Amino acid sequence: MKPDIFQQNRKTHSIKMMIVFSGLVIISFIISMNSGTFSMSPIEVIQTLVGGGTHQQNLVLFNLRLPRMVIAVLVGAGLAVSGAILQGISRNDLSDPGILGINAGASLAVLVFVALFPNQTQGSAFLMPFLALIGAGFTAILIYLLSFKKNKGIEPTRLLLVGIAVAAGISAITIILTLKLNPRNLEFVVMWQMGDLWGSNWKFVLALLPWTILLLPFVYYKFPILNLFSLNDHLAGSLGVSIEKERLILLGAAVGLAASSVAIGGGIGFIGLLGPHIARRIVGPQHQFMLPISALVGSLIVLTSDTIARSIMENTEIPVGVVISLLGAPYFLYLLIKSKA
Amino acid sequence: MASIQTKNSYQVRARPKAAAAILLIGLMAIILAMAASIMIGVREISLSTLWHSLFSFNPEDELHEIIRSIRLPRVLAGALVGAGFAVAGAMMQGMTRNGLADPGLLGVNAGSGFVLVLVFAFFPKLPFEAMIIFSFIGAALGAGLVYGVAFFAKGGLSPVRLVLAGAVIGSLLTGLSQAITLLYQITYDLTFWSAGGVSTADWLQVSVMAPWIAGGIIAAFILSRFITILSLGEEIAIGLGQRTKLIRGLATLIVLILSGAAVSTVGGVGFIGLIVPHIVRYLVGVDYRWIIPCSAVIGALLVVLADIGAKTVNMPYETPLGSIIAVIGIPFFLYLARKERRELA
Repeated sequence: MKPDIFQQNRKTHSIKMMIVFSGLVIISFIISMNSGTFSMSPIEVIQTLVGGGTHQQNLVLFNLRLPRMVIAVLVGAGLAVSGAILQGISRNDLSDPGILGINAGASLAVLVFVALFPNQTQGSAFLMPFLALIGAGFTAILIYLLSFKKNKGIEPTRLLLVGIAVAAGISAITIILTLKLNPRNLEFVVMWQMGDLWGSNWKFVLALLPWTILLLPFVYYKFPILNLFSLNDHLAGSLGVSIEKERLILLGAAVGLAASSVAIGGGIGFIGLLGPHIARRIVGPQHQFMLPISALVGSLIVLTSDTIARSIMENTEIPVGVVISLLGAPYFLYLLIKSKA
Repeated sequence: MASIQTKNSYQVRARPKAAAAILLIGLMAIILAMAASIMIGVREISLSTLWHSLFSFNPEDELHEIIRSIRLPRVLAGALVGAGFAVAGAMMQGMTRNGLADPGLLGVNAGSGFVLVLVFAFFPKLPFEAMIIFSFIGAALGAGLVYGVAFFAKGGLSPVRLVLAGAVIGSLLTGLSQAITLLYQITYDLTFWSAGGVSTADWLQVSVMAPWIAGGIIAAFILSRFITILSLGEEIAIGLGQRTKLIRGLATLIVLILSGAAVSTVGGVGFIGLIVPHIVRYLVGVDYRWIIPCSAVIGALLVVLADIGAKTVNMPYETPLGSIIAVIGIPFFLYLARKERRELA
């Protein structure tokens, strides 16, 4: 890519935007620390952070709120980047790990585990992402095979349609399984499917962190290839990219990000859609600029939605996934209306 | 199979003999399947007991009581629901010329379910006669949202995009329903409801639902001549002097009544309205005067048979009917999605 003047401008613009959005994430982090059933003023939060809080304040902040917020940030970034990859490789703006059924596959695998070992959900933080990855991986392979056609490769709309069908199939199996659970586990599973950032302690942060730390830079390193995918397959192929191989590698990364996020955060949808779209509006479609902004926007949305979900009603928590789909579904429909038929 | 679409596009092709045969054989098959469904269960029941319970009922006999108050309403509900969904699907596919139209896929069932959850949460004591009305309202809400999106889209939405809109609106409404059930602690009820099934159907539900479904099917049959013309395309229909807006409006109303009534009893069961009309069109051609009654018969048969599956797959436990039908429906949907048809994309 020739470093012309426009590219230079775009770069400065996107760096500015990265700073702005990082700032927004930090601000929303601080607001989130203050809000919840147990109210703490900003000054109390700072006091607690530097080590001068009461026992109860320490407990709430360090053991309940902080891990949950870190998870919100990681989950948001993971899902948003996963969506950006899927949209890139399928050349379809409406791709999202939730809509394609990848999240459903991940949650089915976790559900099978909960059904088989009902008493070990808390002790298996590190196992969950792997289980979810197996489920999501199988689902992705299934969707890929079913929508693949000889000589034509993957056709974007068919991919979405197959995704919807596979998701419907998985939810049929999921329902059979949930009916076998006892009420206590059922409540847990239903909450988790809706995305409630259930694993709010440091163990789950540690279980999720390696995935994010490894996969996000890897995807960023692949940005030239993602940019090439926006050309058509023949053109990209003639530029020396082995299309199907790269597509599979990136699909693998997208599945890994989505699966680990779903395992820890639950079935949060639409972030993979919202993050990249908002990012494209701000810095344009080039992936070197768009990917970091997507991740930040994703984090911001999950963090803010979780704060809303926690403070909207006393005593009861609305799962964050519901709040996000209230925002995300209308946006998806808006995109559907705007996009060319 | 691959050539159906080209064949039925511009000439009305009908096979009245095949259709008559389907109606006749189908009705007999339904009676046999119903009898089988009544006899199969945790308590095995012999044919002679079934016969006696119907024609010389003895209230003292426990088996007679099981047949009369549990098994009979269950099979009747299954047949009604199947016929209702199938005819609703046929009407939708005919009037929108969309091979992927189905009340489950296009948000109608989800809308109905959402309003029913509201009713469960806020008026748990509401009688079933009133609940079914709310189910109609919900069906209209779901359909209105999906078609509203299509209305605002430039140049309308292609079938695939309509399905996408339906899926997203469905997931939004389901999410809202789940949130409400959590707040009002009725999660367990909803899970059973969304699994779909007729295992708890009673005479009250059957007697409230039956007139709506029967009326809807009869109205659909009366309208079927116009649906055939509409399925040829808007221009042709207008050219033939049809009042397309009126026909569409009436047909939509029938769809909402049929699927609303069915959902209120069976819960979240999809794909019947998708599969059955395709099979029927393949067998009898594209004349909706035949498609509508044949869809009703095949739909009823499908659900009665699937319900036998729901009872027997994992005896003595019930398997959700919705899942059984999804297992049949999803490969079919995938087959339709994979078929090379330009008008879908």
